[in-house]
Amino acid sequence: MGRYSIADILLKAAGGNKGWPRVWRDPAPKPEYDVIIVGAGGHGLATAYYLAKEHGIRNVAVLEKGYLGSGNTGRNTTIVRSNYMIDGNTPFYEWSLKLWEGLSHDVNFNVMLSQRGQLNIAHSNAQMDAQRRRGNVMRLHGIEAELLSREEVQEMVPHLDFSPQARFPIYGALLQRRAGTARHDAVAWGLARGADQRGVDIIQHCEVTGFLRQGERIVGVETSRGTIKAPKVGIAVAGNTGHLAAKAGLRLPIESHVLQAFVSEPVKPLLDYVIGWSAAHFYISQSDKGGMVFGGDLDGYNSYAQRGNLPLIEDVASAAKAIMPCVSRLRIVRHWGGVMDMTMDGSPIICKSPIDGLYINGGWCYGGFKATPASGWVFAHTIARDEPHELNASFTLDRFRRGYQIDEKGAGPTPNAH
Amino acid sequence: MSGQRNRLPEGGRIDRNRVLGFSFDGKRYQGVHGDSLASALLANGVRLVGRSFKYHRPRGIVTAGVEEPNALVTLHDDGRREPNTPVTTVELYDSLRAESQNRWPSLAFDVSAVNGLLGPVFSAGFYYKTFMGPRKKSWMFYEPFIRRAAGLGRGTREPDPDRYEKMQAFCDLLVIGAGPAGISAALSAGRAGARVILVDQQAVIGGALLDRPVGAPSDDWLQGAMTELESLDNVEVLTRTTAFGVYDGNVVGLIERVADHMPAPEAHGVRQRYWTVRPQQLVLASGAIERPLVFGNNDLPGVMLASAVRSYLNRQAVLPGKRAVVFTNNDSAYATAMELARAGAQVTLVDPRATVADALQRGLSDAGVELLAGRVVSTAHGRQAVRSIDLGAYDQASGGCETVERQIACDLLCVSGGWSPSLHLHSHLGARPVYDERLAAFLPGPAVPGQRGAGAFEGRFALADCVSSGSAAGLAAAKACGHEGGAPLSAPDVESDAWQTPLLPLWEVPEPAQAKHGKKFVDQQNDVTAKDVAQAHREGYVSVEHLKRYTTLGMATDQGKTANVNALAIMAALRGEAIDRVGTTTFRPPYSGVAIGALTGPEVGREFKPIRRTAMHDWHEANGAVFTEAGPWLRPWYYPKPGEGVDAAYEREAAEVRKSVGIVDVSTLGKIEVQGPDAAEFLNRVYVNGFGKLAVGKARYGLMLRDDGIVMDDGTTTRLSEHHYFMTTTTANAGKVMSYLEFLLQTAWPELKVHVTSATEQWAGIAVAGPRARDLLQAMIGDIDLSNEALPFMGVAEGHAGDIPVRLFRISFSGELAYEINTPSDYGEALWQACVEAGKPLDLALYGTEALGALRIEKGHVAGPELDGRTTLDDLGLERMASTKKPYVGSVLKRREGLVDASRPKLVGLIPEDKSVRLRAGAILCDADKIPSGHGRGHVTSVTYSPALGHWIGLGLLTGGPNRHGELVNAVNALKDETIPVRVTSPHFFDPKGERMYA
Amino acid sequence: MLRITCPYCGARDHSEFLYGGDATLVRPEPGCDDMEVWYDFVFLRDNPRGRHREYWQHVQGCRQWLVVERDTLTHEIFSVEPARAPKKAPVLTGVAAK
Repeated sequence: MGRYSIADILLKAAGGNKGWPRVWRDPAPKPEYDVIIVGAGGHGLATAYYLAKEHGIRNVAVLEKGYLGSGNTGRNTTIVRSNYMIDGNTPFYEWSLKLWEGLSHDVNFNVMLSQRGQLNIAHSNAQMDAQRRRGNVMRLHGIEAELLSREEVQEMVPHLDFSPQARFPIYGALLQRRAGTARHDAVAWGLARGADQRGVDIIQHCEVTGFLRQGERIVGVETSRGTIKAPKVGIAVAGNTGHLAAKAGLRLPIESHVLQAFVSEPVKPLLDYVIGWSAAHFYISQSDKGGMVFGGDLDGYNSYAQRGNLPLIEDVASAAKAIMPCVSRLRIVRHWGGVMDMTMDGSPIICKSPIDGLYINGGWCYGGFKATPASGWVFAHTIARDEPHELNASFTLDRFRRGYQIDEKGAGPTPNAH
Repeated sequence: MSGQRNRLPEGGRIDRNRVLGFSFDGKRYQGVHGDSLASALLANGVRLVGRSFKYHRPRGIVTAGVEEPNALVTLHDDGRREPNTPVTTVELYDSLRAESQNRWPSLAFDVSAVNGLLGPVFSAGFYYKTFMGPRKKSWMFYEPFIRRAAGLGRGTREPDPDRYEKMQAFCDLLVIGAGPAGISAALSAGRAGARVILVDQQAVIGGALLDRPVGAPSDDWLQGAMTELESLDNVEVLTRTTAFGVYDGNVVGLIERVADHMPAPEAHGVRQRYWTVRPQQLVLASGAIERPLVFGNNDLPGVMLASAVRSYLNRQAVLPGKRAVVFTNNDSAYATAMELARAGAQVTLVDPRATVADALQRGLSDAGVELLAGRVVSTAHGRQAVRSIDLGAYDQASGGCETVERQIACDLLCVSGGWSPSLHLHSHLGARPVYDERLAAFLPGPAVPGQRGAGAFEGRFALADCVSSGSAAGLAAAKACGHEGGAPLSAPDVESDAWQTPLLPLWEVPEPAQAKHGKKFVDQQNDVTAKDVAQAHREGYVSVEHLKRYTTLGMATDQGKTANVNALAIMAALRGEAIDRVGTTTFRPPYSGVAIGALTGPEVGREFKPIRRTAMHDWHEANGAVFTEAGPWLRPWYYPKPGEGVDAAYEREAAEVRKSVGIVDVSTLGKIEVQGPDAAEFLNRVYVNGFGKLAVGKARYGLMLRDDGIVMDDGTTTRLSEHHYFMTTTTANAGKVMSYLEFLLQTAWPELKVHVTSATEQWAGIAVAGPRARDLLQAMIGDIDLSNEALPFMGVAEGHAGDIPVRLFRISFSGELAYEINTPSDYGEALWQACVEAGKPLDLALYGTEALGALRIEKGHVAGPELDGRTTLDDLGLERMASTKKPYVGSVLKRREGLVDASRPKLVGLIPEDKSVRLRAGAILCDADKIPSGHGRGHVTSVTYSPALGHWIGLGLLTGGPNRHGELVNAVNALKDETIPVRVTSPHFFDPKGERMYA
Repeated sequence: MLRITCPYCGARDHSEFLYGGDATLVRPEPGCDDMEVWYDFVFLRDNPRGRHREYWQHVQGCRQWLVVERDTLTHEIFSVEPARAPKKAPVLTGVAAK
């Protein structure tokens, strides 16, 4: 298997790069495993990785209907941050960021975590107050945060629209310096390699078509490649959680919606921070390759199609130009859509399901990518110990029935408003 | 023609009399009208145009269109600076300035070319395997270097001086691509009477017809078609227009480049126009793109697509080389070879096929072209341009090439590896292309309803086929829109150009063992080689998507238009599987890059979002108000006296209100007429409190919940008559509440006889507050008895202020004796002025939203920061408002365990223990005896300096709040390391008994 | 662009409409006091991949709430009808009938 290192690269280069081994095996499914994880996206792979690493559970299969990382892992705008305000979210996302900070070393695969800092820009005194509350919550959780004035923001990113023509003037911003971006595909590949090296079977092109039951329990899955048994089945298929859970007879507090993302042609460094804008829902950063990567709101209607439509594209483009007028002539070279599990409070679900043997990890709304390592970490804990970790104790399915929603945006049970 | 050494003395579709000067990297050149920047550079013998992304290899012009991977330059400077522009897409204009990119210190001598020597180290995905150490955060050290090295051209930091506009269009039929197939479709459908829009990305229509020699019979055909298209009123032709994406419902986005062929847009003109077209039917006649071949050093300047060379030769009379080798596996490049020879070049044609049709052989020999059949070009040689090639015998059975037979000197290498239909738009709605063995190409799969293909898009490369398939598609589409009839077009009278010898699929060209190899590029822009593909395969990145993402193949600005199929085929060979088993090519929009500014259109700066102004806005503006955004509204924030900032102004305004009287513009509040016999029942259902027993002529404060039991909105609602209520909402929620009421009435309770109408814009509103409010109104309104008896608190009356009709509500947000006057919006400004006039003797204060906020905080009224979508009635101390005798929206789910949890933070007032300090909203409330951590026990929601009390006050949500009055807690503003002890109080700071309000 | 044919106004871009979600949910009667019924109504969804009946309001047009049947995977629209079933013509009696 071997570890990646500069010495290794030089050695392999000398050999014409013919000596590189496979990054992961391509095993045939065994008839039975200790744990089956459905979905080889970042979350599913992280779950398998931490099951093996933290809990010694290595007889694990990760089943993927397409190729690994084919869902939202490779479709997001790669932002990583922990500037969350509501109880339940803040410590979880901070733990995630902590895991991110060690992830490249941990999996020996460079996920290019770029802690370049994120600015959440405010456009009114009320928004400044809201950012202050967020920043204070962060600080009291031991997370660094700075509330910047308009002038301080201008010094950092002078080419934002500070002109008198700005429709929504910039009042200031909340800065999290440890926030940033990561290379999305590398996360899936690094975790896949790490899991595979620890004995996990990653089985691509294996679609789960149903669940195997023994009495009330779920004891395995039916797949396009036959029946596979396991006493514990975890699903991590955000975007399709509702669809898959329905096969187990569950109705969930989730709607699937499409979220678009955009990338421009590459240019030399133009933006050194991640910008989040609250005048319109909009966020932008520059990839290491040089493309401006950005996105905005959901298209707004239930969708399982990985594509969006022009009205939202125009909204996002106009937001980009409104906050950063110099991007006007930059060309969008690709845009695409990902299917989001939108929950009724905008927060995820990571818990045991009401059916024995079935565990749910989903409902990631916009927030899935940054949560990847922590999501896998707590889901592995939940599956291994049959009880939630403190960090996901509030991400239950029954919080809606019990009235303990975790509503960061205050938008209520209207999934497309989160 | 000075210096245009590659320009032929005659021919071409150019105007030699219109000479255009331009510069490239500071050096001056001349071209002519009809040139692209690419053809002008080639005419001047400029071959080295750019440096590659990773290895900084010298690169030249490969293609003649948007598929160009290599020849990218930066145009303009300052706010118009435009990096990464393919020279093949730029129409030449006088004084054009272009700069090469990604090179230092110069294009000819680029230091970073040393990267090429380190090629093996920079193999596919190398950065995933390194830059990780020595410390955890080491990437942060490497990243800036990598970012600077990446990124192609440099973007501007200035705003764009140009304008853009949007166009909405509808038609029966949209035809994309105005080559022979598209023209035939448009004309046939146009003849049938269909409304047609025909678009083409080029400046003139004709497509591949224009690549034929001037004077070919096809020119007459094209001229005739253009004349007829022009004559049809129902056909609109848009040139310089790219269809960049097909969206649901076959809605198509177009970008029309109105002024990119000029130094700058005309005065008051736009640079680009973004069209949204909603056709009934769509005909895709987007043609096909030629594929390069993958052999050693296939990226050298001078290696060009055969079709591109033909295009430059016949359109712009440019002969890019004198000693040409044409390397092709199909018939299409034979025309290029013959025409090059006729133009004076010495030409050798290399074809891996052992034999080719007699007619082709005859044609070559007539033109004086040497044919080397059964041969391949295994490697090209040259430093900054191609100088020779290695020729080898090709063994078709084994697919191998044993030895280099000889080298052939050349300065131009034309390649053709077959053609890939431009299926991009086809696949935007999810259609999956299918592989065709015969053409070694992906063809359109089952059509999306409402779409048809024609011509080369469908793999029909012969001209006659293009015309007939175009005509058929046009007629069928017209028929589908109800336009019968129309006549098909006949094809131009040209010699058949149908392929006579089957194409021989050739992907990675084999290389003889002893030869000196070069890098074999698959994706030239992103510097992805065949070896990289092989390495990706070896490492298990075998899925096409993994291959693309791992090697970045196809992810460059050209979206891999010339790379993807070759890569797929090479991967298929490595996997030992058929190409269609390995995957298919799918494309994401846009087809080619779309400027962000174009999609934005005119919605820039102040016009980014519509601005809503009240009827009195102009007056506020003229009288010095400073405005603040309240959603889309602009509202007066404060009215500064000379030298006042916001703090001084609002403190003064609020004090003046409490002292005498003030007015504030409250027109932005949502207003909804609720009418019908069941109006009372309806309001009883949506409000937590009862409205059925509200007397006519009385107002009542009402609260609404969401279905989940959280407070949604509040406002006063007045009963104007038995069946007519007038509801007000907060400014922020006006639209949302309106739609929600309509939703309930139309979907849930259609049996209720109620109609709701939004009246927000119809009424202007002024709140009059202060101990002398009655005096002010007395001076204005003659026909309403304002006495406490006649118009008590929560009373409503109608009358006139002079001749201005008014509706007067005695309601108070400030805690003062207060009224709200409504008048039809047209009277808004007049009424405001009347107030100002009547207020002169009373020291009338004008106050804005900041003072409004101060006054409401002094009274403990909740607003936006408290109604944040997470609070319950009980949290806000408003549970007593809720009826226990009737169900209402949210009345059941508000009883959920989590919403009645005793630990929920509840509304309190907060007073700093040290009255000289300022409070901050957003501070966290923490128990005084504990070290602040986590979420504390709540937070400060709203703060103000209270002029009435002479110190700062705040509202907050605090666990156990109502039971903790008198306690000290800490307001922690950790961001500033600030901990302020605050005394918990009732939120009703000022006049808690409300004596002033009832006065 | 989803093109929604409003029964009152004709075919329009979806950007003229406000999305209202699943239209198969049946709102409990106002007097329903069963928390479980309300929980089900407010929070749970079938969220089908395929045909979906859903509410849209023609908010920038006639302001009518409509029920659109649409495929959530292909975005094909099968039907659009008023959410409020058309009222039956009143049965005329007496003088009016003559």
